[in-house]
Amino acid sequence: MQFGIFTVGDVTQDPTTGVTPSEAERIKAAVTIAKKVEEVGLDVYATGEHHNPPFYTSSPTTFLAYIAAQTERIMLSTSTTLITTNDPVRIAEEYAMLQHLADGRVDLMLGRGNTAPVYPWFGQDIRQSLPLALENYNLLHQLWHNDVVDFEGRFRTPLQGFTSTPRPLDDVPPFVWHGSIRTPEIAEQAAYYGDGFFANGIFWPMRHFQRLIELYRQRYAHYGHGTEDQAVVGVGSQIFVRPNSQDAISEFRPYFDNSPVYRGGPDLETVSEATPLFVGSPQQIIDRILELPEYFGNYQRQMFLIDHAGLPLKTVLEQLDVLGEQIVPVVRKELESRYGSHVPDAPTHASLVKAKYGDDEPRQPRPNPNRGDNVTGSSPYQDSDPGTPAVLPAL
Amino acid sequence: MTVNDNNEAADTPLRVVVISAGVSDPSTTRMLADRIVTGVREAIATDERSVAFRYIELRDLAVDIAQAGIGALRSSRLDEAIGTVAEADGVIVVSPVFKASFTGLFKSFLDVLDDDVLLNMPVILAATAGTPRHALVPDQTMRPIFAYLRALPVPTAVFAATEDWGKTDALKPRVDRAAGEFAALVTANIRSSVLQRQSGSYQRTFDGAADRSGSMAELDFNSDLMRLAAGGAASLQSHPRE
Repeated sequence: MQFGIFTVGDVTQDPTTGVTPSEAERIKAAVTIAKKVEEVGLDVYATGEHHNPPFYTSSPTTFLAYIAAQTERIMLSTSTTLITTNDPVRIAEEYAMLQHLADGRVDLMLGRGNTAPVYPWFGQDIRQSLPLALENYNLLHQLWHNDVVDFEGRFRTPLQGFTSTPRPLDDVPPFVWHGSIRTPEIAEQAAYYGDGFFANGIFWPMRHFQRLIELYRQRYAHYGHGTEDQAVVGVGSQIFVRPNSQDAISEFRPYFDNSPVYRGGPDLETVSEATPLFVGSPQQIIDRILELPEYFGNYQRQMFLIDHAGLPLKTVLEQLDVLGEQIVPVVRKELESRYGSHVPDAPTHASLVKAKYGDDEPRQPRPNPNRGDNVTGSSPYQDSDPGTPAVLPAL
Repeated sequence: MTVNDNNEAADTPLRVVVISAGVSDPSTTRMLADRIVTGVREAIATDERSVAFRYIELRDLAVDIAQAGIGALRSSRLDEAIGTVAEADGVIVVSPVFKASFTGLFKSFLDVLDDDVLLNMPVILAATAGTPRHALVPDQTMRPIFAYLRALPVPTAVFAATEDWGKTDALKPRVDRAAGEFAALVTANIRSSVLQRQSGSYQRTFDGAADRSGSMAELDFNSDLMRLAAGGAASLQSHPRE
């Protein structure tokens, strides 16, 4: 079982002080939070991606590469990577590069993005976001699994004889999670490829995801990747913890009441009862997390949102201390003992290498020589499959 | 989609839901709803069918509807009300006229319905007002919305101005005509007939109120998007890692 922190990456005024952090302050705070995730013994740090204020997260791989260099152990991930407005070729290249630099401590979660103006800024149309996401991921998957790709689709310039470089570390692509709120096609795509499915429960009633996850698990088994309860599910929750439950509620309330997503809706008590927003003492939060498998099944990755809506860095770091010392060890032990041995952990680079190669040495692609025009001709690597030569476009 | 089977036993009561947007208690809106209910009960009885009526008073859900309308958490009682509408065999809607139209609360309730909740639903459109000058509100402001929702509003709408309540049987002929049209559609199971015939031709909301069967059987894995999801492969049996 993996536990981690995910952030939207908002730069928001602290409603209790009226102070809005600068982008510079918020970016440095995010670095501090990510490094603290490793220090307190959690397993994953994931960053959002946005291309408009008030967010700072336009360049996830730059950020995560810096964190990779400053940490030893944690997985670096995204929440989410925009599979619609990013060119899948650039995703393939950037995350493969990050994977090399981070020694394999990388996976990513794909999402469509619901900020309408971002689509035209990147030459796309939100009304096509679902077919765009599905087609882009089909291409991304090809780029990571094949040295040479020919591609022609509805949305992107065709590719002929294209090789995405660098090839994934050990020729094993980063594991991919697909996030969705209510789209059966996304669950189907995750199941088809044997990828993970992520249910960000925040804002939604506890039962909201049951049918979508049931669909994903059924189709995962249908495509022969394993049994339904071996499918790889992640869950997102939001927490705010203090030693005393009443202190947690009164300290968190102004952040809730002024939150861009919660304000104007039902009050803190109602939302926290109905959704995975857990506010209270460590024991209360442990009890609420332990209810989650009832709604999401045996899931393998639990992510927490803790830095939302202007919470100051000091407070966020205190949340991490309590998570690492008091909450996660108890939940980890309890859930792992409940699951039994047939429910696999979420994949890591090591487990994926093992699954692909067993005890053999992983493939290490070595390019053929530059033939003089900056390309390698019909065979990009010394061991490329001669059956699928690259046919480069005519100039 | 929960729909009645065509072969359902004739003694199972038909389910008719009355959505009333009246604001006072008692309201003339509810009075008109009651008149229509009486007419519908009588019309359905002539077909030797029984009918059970459920009332949804929108004023009791006003805050829940407003919160759901801004994308906030949807309350379980609002979900339950919407589920009741989705499972109905027919719906009677009655709104007061405010500022030359149905009330904002009435529209707000329609706004939070999934688009497929009222597919092929027989509906009686009705409105009340303080002046007969608003008489076309049901036909000119309500009917287009129900057309958008692909509901089946009956041809006769019912409008009651204050003065109609002081006349002998001013309303009854229109109520009875609307009720008769409604009863004919409901007892003939028009809704389930059309849905069965046209299955797959409407855009449906996955896991929405109109889709509570809990079964995956109605998901079409052969749609263009589902095939694209599965690698764009023509056959769903093919495996990407073979």
